[in-house]
Amino acid sequence: MSVIGKYFIFLGMLFGKGEKLSVYWRRLMEECVGIGVSSVFIVAIVSTFIGAVSCIQTAYNLVSPIIPISTVALIVRDMSILELAPTITCIVLAGKVGSNIASELGTMRITEQVDALEVMGINSASYLVLPKVLAAMLTFPMLVIFAGFLNIFGGYMAGTLTGVITERDYLNGIRDSFVPYNIFFMCVKPFVFGFLIATISSFKGYFTQGGALEVGKASTGAVTNSCISVLVADYLLAQLLL
Amino acid sequence: MIEINNISKSFNGKEVLKGITSTFKKGETNLIIGGSGTGKSVLLKCMIGLVKPDKGNVLYNGRDFYNSDKEVQQSIRREMGVLFQGGALFDSKTVEENVRFPLDMLTDQSVQEKQDRVAFCLQRVGLEAAAKRMPSEISGGMKKRVGIARAIVMNPMYLFCDEPNSGLDPLTSVKIDELIAEITEEYQITTIIITHDMNSVMEIGQNIMFLYQGDKLWEGISSDIIKTDVPELKEFLFSNKLLREMER
Repeated sequence: MSVIGKYFIFLGMLFGKGEKLSVYWRRLMEECVGIGVSSVFIVAIVSTFIGAVSCIQTAYNLVSPIIPISTVALIVRDMSILELAPTITCIVLAGKVGSNIASELGTMRITEQVDALEVMGINSASYLVLPKVLAAMLTFPMLVIFAGFLNIFGGYMAGTLTGVITERDYLNGIRDSFVPYNIFFMCVKPFVFGFLIATISSFKGYFTQGGALEVGKASTGAVTNSCISVLVADYLLAQLLL
Repeated sequence: MIEINNISKSFNGKEVLKGITSTFKKGETNLIIGGSGTGKSVLLKCMIGLVKPDKGNVLYNGRDFYNSDKEVQQSIRREMGVLFQGGALFDSKTVEENVRFPLDMLTDQSVQEKQDRVAFCLQRVGLEAAAKRMPSEISGGMKKRVGIARAIVMNPMYLFCDEPNSGLDPLTSVKIDELIAEITEEYQITTIIITHDMNSVMEIGQNIMFLYQGDKLWEGISSDIIKTDVPELKEFLFSNKLLREMER
């Protein structure tokens, strides 16, 4: 309980006395590149292959002659939009971004860089962490939209190249029974997950004490806790919004 | 001038500082010496506001740091320059950006003014050629000098140095000591140095405080330290072979 209390106090520190807006704008742009742009490659690889595998495995399981083959594309689309793109992408990002944030802040803490900011009279939590949180909340939805597109594209490539489904059936399938609200739901998830991953990882890193071993532990703890929180939040959002 | 009154601090029931009182004068190089684990760094952290003491107060030219509102604390912080043990340079910034950082964050100076000030400070510590290099590309001694440049860039009234010559070769140590002493005198700064380096004690120590197990056991000027009759201080001082020979 004390850890949860400390986490909420930490969140309060983020919105304490801040610096000039121009400083935050510059930091936000740096973090958007560090968190968002540098994650494009891994998101692209993971999403394309997950889409491809989803298509092949769904087709493998759909052997009934009364179910049209275009249903494969419909299932790939809905799986991608509702779960694979937002949740799996964010779990991948929890690993990449979360460990990066925790180890960066942990190293800054043990090498007294955080102390250096504090003695200058700078709110170190706000200066270091707030731009990371905002960048995650801003870039994760973009990455998830990109991932959703690549999931469906990966399914299309795998399905058509292997002959599991024709191009015409796939395109018909992904247009069939489309619910626009699902896109909104897909964008809400990474917004929440981005906040959770960035704040939990920052919390772990910011309060690191000791040496390299503790930085490693903070990094591992950040990934583990972020993944658990993403899965719990995923369930809660599904219950609340669907 | 900095006054510390009855500073006490405990961690998990263990008393690390036991009512330390002292005065550090303007334009003087004040040294806090003692063995490892005697509370030197904790005392420094209490003075710069990183660790809040359980008891006592710290006065900066009469302004009580811990009993002031946040605005006064901020203004006192902005009068401080701190050189951390490892330099505490920001890894993602070049040497020049590290030195410019306090100016970017805390002032409204023009780009040209900031550039001039950074160039002056880097020139003052003899590192103008390393301005574009990253902290990972420079030596330990250079990192300390960049740390000094960053500490003085805001024209501080108080300079704190936590073991400025730890991990450095003797020649570089002497250069760092001389640089700190010169800056202290030149800008009439109140400088406080935490060290256990006996060369620093003999070369630049004007006012010296000896801590032992969280207690202040001795305080005085460097010429008197050799004549001390405090057994713990004698043991600390004459663990150095050269000083043992000097005593004889």
